[in-house]
Amino acid sequence: MPTFVYMTRCDGCGQCVDICPSDIMHIDKTLRRAYNIEPNMCWECYSCVKACPHHAIDVRGYADFAPLGSSVRVHRDEEKGTIAWRIKFRNGQKDMELLAPITTKPWGECIPKLANESAPANDMVNSELLFNEPKYVAMNDSALPTLQSNKLSLKEGVYY
Amino acid sequence: MAYKTIIEDDIDVLVVGAGLGGTGAAFEARYWGKDKKIVIAEKANIDRSGAVAQGLYAINCYMGTRFGENNPEDHVRYARMDLMGMVREDLAFDMARHVDSAVHQFEEWGLPIMKDVKTGTYLREGRWQIMIHGESYKPIVAEAAKNSADKVFNRICVTHLLMDDSKDNRIGGAVGFNVRTGNYHVFKSKTVICGAGGASNIFKPRSVGEGAGRVWYAPWSSGSAYGLMIGAGAKMTQMENRIVLARFKDGYGPVGAYFLHLKTYTQNCLGEEYESKWFPALTEMVGKEYLDTENQHLSHKPIPTCLRNHAFINEVNAGRGPIHMVTMEAFQDPHLEEIGWHNFLGMTVGQAVLWAATDVDPKYENPELTTSEPYVMGSHATGCGAWCSGPEDVSPDEYFWGYNRMSTVEGLFGAGDAVGGTPHAFSSGSFTEGRLAAKAACKYIDDGKAAGIMVSDKQIADLKETIYKPMETYTVGRNEIVAGSVNPNYINPRQGLDRLQKMMDEYCGGFGVNYMTNEKLLQIGLKKMAILGEDLEKVAAEDIHELLRAWELKHRFLTSESVFQHTLFRKETRWPGYYYRGDAMNLDDKDWHVLTVSHRDRATGQYTMEKAPLYHLVDDE
Repeated sequence: MPTFVYMTRCDGCGQCVDICPSDIMHIDKTLRRAYNIEPNMCWECYSCVKACPHHAIDVRGYADFAPLGSSVRVHRDEEKGTIAWRIKFRNGQKDMELLAPITTKPWGECIPKLANESAPANDMVNSELLFNEPKYVAMNDSALPTLQSNKLSLKEGVYY
Repeated sequence: MAYKTIIEDDIDVLVVGAGLGGTGAAFEARYWGKDKKIVIAEKANIDRSGAVAQGLYAINCYMGTRFGENNPEDHVRYARMDLMGMVREDLAFDMARHVDSAVHQFEEWGLPIMKDVKTGTYLREGRWQIMIHGESYKPIVAEAAKNSADKVFNRICVTHLLMDDSKDNRIGGAVGFNVRTGNYHVFKSKTVICGAGGASNIFKPRSVGEGAGRVWYAPWSSGSAYGLMIGAGAKMTQMENRIVLARFKDGYGPVGAYFLHLKTYTQNCLGEEYESKWFPALTEMVGKEYLDTENQHLSHKPIPTCLRNHAFINEVNAGRGPIHMVTMEAFQDPHLEEIGWHNFLGMTVGQAVLWAATDVDPKYENPELTTSEPYVMGSHATGCGAWCSGPEDVSPDEYFWGYNRMSTVEGLFGAGDAVGGTPHAFSSGSFTEGRLAAKAACKYIDDGKAAGIMVSDKQIADLKETIYKPMETYTVGRNEIVAGSVNPNYINPRQGLDRLQKMMDEYCGGFGVNYMTNEKLLQIGLKKMAILGEDLEKVAAEDIHELLRAWELKHRFLTSESVFQHTLFRKETRWPGYYYRGDAMNLDDKDWHVLTVSHRDRATGQYTMEKAPLYHLVDDE
């Protein structure tokens, strides 16, 4: 369901170009506004739609199987930590508004910088543990499972 | 060509492709390599790249050891059953014992995980799946990777891995080009963690025309994990194990939450349950050990994904399609109805767009399902990928060569789709594999294994010429014709992709032939592939964007060639419902209870195939 860009809303800021995972939102050199250069490589992932500060990008379902006339619009707000959707059916009989959280924390503030963590001790380096383990495996002090601890062996052959 | 050469030198850990696997690698590498130089090269923007760019509504791999729910070995047995026995159980056990620690960190970083209000545990969708509001899953983990990396190079399409010129079969970095500026980028690195993606769009998709991008796996998943690693001479495993998905028709919206949480179920056009009637004959094909129609229910072993596909495909072929998902019961509950829609908005918006466009309200109408074209990847119910070492404390000798998740090329590690034999890792397991690879890569460097790497100027110059050749081909050939896309001396990337997809579909078991192939068909296919390989030397790119598509196509081609070779090698039908070898329709545990391993010679392009032993986790007496 390829994206398209409304001429009167786009100011050519390039946010969609910057975010598109498929590299298909480009700026038209004459009109200096964005457009979808390769609709058959569009996943309808809505990354550009969400990123557009002017709501200038919309999606019209893939022409090979989606009829005209419906709409799925979105507003994503990092400050509020929410995403709001509105789905309108083609026949006008269903009009849904749906709201979901996108984060539980102030945006980007609760992600650690591992450079600031104290360096791992030698015995940890030589163990099978990763950062924050073993504690984070079960959020208690139990050890990382091994074949021995779980009374297992790896055996060659046909087992089901 | 006026493109600049930009060299990034002295890198310790280079992460190529930063989806969930690559972000996990970059994040964790900083902890084990405080002073190490960590660099990410990603063809899109890591805030929205990889298979999770759009978001997810569930984390499909979480043990819940914290809540006393599952042990790692339980998950290994589940994956073994689902994959008809073909799993690297050392890698799977290792992933499963670490995966919860990744998920608990995601929650701390702000990822909204739904809770069961009564028990305080995470809300389960199924035994292994927990439900999340994951629209921003990728931007959140990308932030963690950015916090760890020294530099992030977005919009770099990595085309090749660099090899050490002083020691055979050792990695030296990677090269690629910037899809905006066109500049040539050289990354000289002691280790490379390949976090690139699996392959969509190598088999002809059911959608046509404008809808060709509506594939189940992201269209930007160009098989680069395999293209890059095969190109470097790494051994691959289980590449025949492509996956076919039963999904909502056309939109390929996910069905997991529908089956498991909303308790919807399927029926044929007559409103009948159809699966069980296909099982007796299927048991004859695969053996009672894999499908026990009488006792499966009691044993709590799930029916493997491929076998459920088999029943679906056969019911449709018997003329009783379409298969419907019965939603009309569950959707009468407004809460479940809302979950049903959120599920799509969180991970496959296109399905919501389609139902809105076609006035399909699942409350009043049971939507159609379909079986998809095949996909080649390594983190869902399939385990394609590189043959990698497991962890020291778990792996038997045949599965261990020094460093966890290291491929058979020294210093080249994998994560996510790149690692073979580890199905059911999904997003959290891929992230975990990245973390494991990062720790191992740091150890590899600290052990002195990367000393004395020498990447010659000649290798760098030769690759530059190779990379831009499609633009040169265009410039030279373009003026021979008046206009248009028909040229006697070149094909464009789309034309090449169309040819590849048609060939894979018809000779390698795509949907167009009901997933059927045999030795004769595969041999014809391989012959045609060789010629396509020659023509891909003449692929033409009009601009930098087309150059990106040209290199994606070349990675898809290398992936496909490997799929052909592996499918030809395994003379049995191991996964009915994924594909069939018409000349060997039964599962054959006597000869084929093994993993398939391939090696493509870098100089000659010749394949050699071998069987590797299968080890299974068994309870000690």
